[in-house]
Amino acid sequence: MSEILKVKNISKKYENTIIFENLNLSVQKGEVLVIVGPSGCGKSTFLRCLNALEDIQEGEIILDGEVINSDAHNLRKIREKIGMVFQSYELFPHMTVLQNVILAPVKVKKIDKKEVTKKALELLNKVGLLSKKDSYPRQLSGGQKQRVAIVRALMMEPEILLLDEITAALDPEMVKEVLDVVLSLAKEGRTMLIVTHEMQFARAVADRMIFIDEGKIVEEGNPKEFFDNPKSERLKRFLNNFNYVETN
Amino acid sequence: MGFEVLLKGSNMLRLLEGLSTALNISLISVAISLVLGIILGILMAMHNRVVLFFSKIYLEIVRIMPQMVLLFIVYFGSTKVIGINLSAETASIIVFSFWGAAEMSDLVRGALKSIPTIQYESSAALSLSSFMTYRYIIMPQVVRMLIPLSINLITRMIKTTSLVMMIGIVEVLKVGQQIIEANRTASPNAAFWVFLVIFLLYFAACWPISLLSRFLEKKWKV
Repeated sequence: MSEILKVKNISKKYENTIIFENLNLSVQKGEVLVIVGPSGCGKSTFLRCLNALEDIQEGEIILDGEVINSDAHNLRKIREKIGMVFQSYELFPHMTVLQNVILAPVKVKKIDKKEVTKKALELLNKVGLLSKKDSYPRQLSGGQKQRVAIVRALMMEPEILLLDEITAALDPEMVKEVLDVVLSLAKEGRTMLIVTHEMQFARAVADRMIFIDEGKIVEEGNPKEFFDNPKSERLKRFLNNFNYVETN
Repeated sequence: MGFEVLLKGSNMLRLLEGLSTALNISLISVAISLVLGIILGILMAMHNRVVLFFSKIYLEIVRIMPQMVLLFIVYFGSTKVIGINLSAETASIIVFSFWGAAEMSDLVRGALKSIPTIQYESSAALSLSSFMTYRYIIMPQVVRMLIPLSINLITRMIKTTSLVMMIGIVEVLKVGQQIIEANRTASPNAAFWVFLVIFLLYFAACWPISLLSRFLEKKWKV
């Protein structure tokens, strides 16, 4: 395996608050990294820094040998290699599903529309939404929208996918249809960084787990160790929130 | 009855000419308002303090000033104070554009503001340039939002042009009054019919615009 993403000592600070400080991380090609942590611990901000939606005050992010920062001249070129899916889907409401997913490859990469459409239909078929290709986002359920958003990110053929709490806004019965898609992507060997609160899913999909609290990486390890044998008190307490065992 | 007044001589034709005068003034003003309003609205959405300060004063003046007062100030004031002799039509177009551009800019600013930041971010995450983001993502949504609002403004502008008769322009309402005056003794009931026709003329002018708006709204439902 070769390293695709390297995060060196990055810090994100506002005037008086430190979101995180001196974070280090290395991601290998094909690795699925799941980041968990309490709300407000900085994990989403961390993810957003990786494609320069947020700027960092210190440190360096290197993707595939190139430094990412928000004023990099070639930021757009680098962003082509990073797909991102948001909690709130963020499909473009005035475009059909098909128009949503082909826009960037056609306009940014200037690939022939016919070719792009063919690939789009294949991917939509794969996530079970071929019949919705001419629907508008408002006609879709949350789970369907999120699957379209995943396809839209995949259409740019990114080297790495960032998934930012992609099931947090969904009804419980729609969570699985989205997570199944992510699981199948993991099996294909996609490199992914996932922020989630779905612990069972995290365990199933992760090659490596990371626990962030108060802006620091508190613990990391393979999912089995991480969930069955957490070392730090803080992680134990955090994981306990997800256990509903009768105590009396 | 009074109805026959409308068929007397060229009365009907004169009313139509009056309507065309009114529409002429309003449509030129609408065109100017839309262009200036869009430019100003975009500038206002950019958070420049100087622009915001002056546009706030401008919008406030337009909001509190009756259009008729503005009309008098520009038409009579320009001759007295600055010594330029504006035609009544020019003065009307200046006033209505001044008003329309203010309201339009506020609509544009509001529509731009209502697009959530994360739409820009998801565009950026897809490597769209900022030009592409505006061209394909932001402007189409803004335009769709603006259609019903600006149609409302346009019809209001068309209706309000009846004020221009106060500075001597013979538009449709004025023609109507002239017809009524001329026939006061012969047909005392003419007023009802004349104003009914004027009502129908305004309706005929504004209704198609409303229809167009409804059609576009349906087509571009977001």
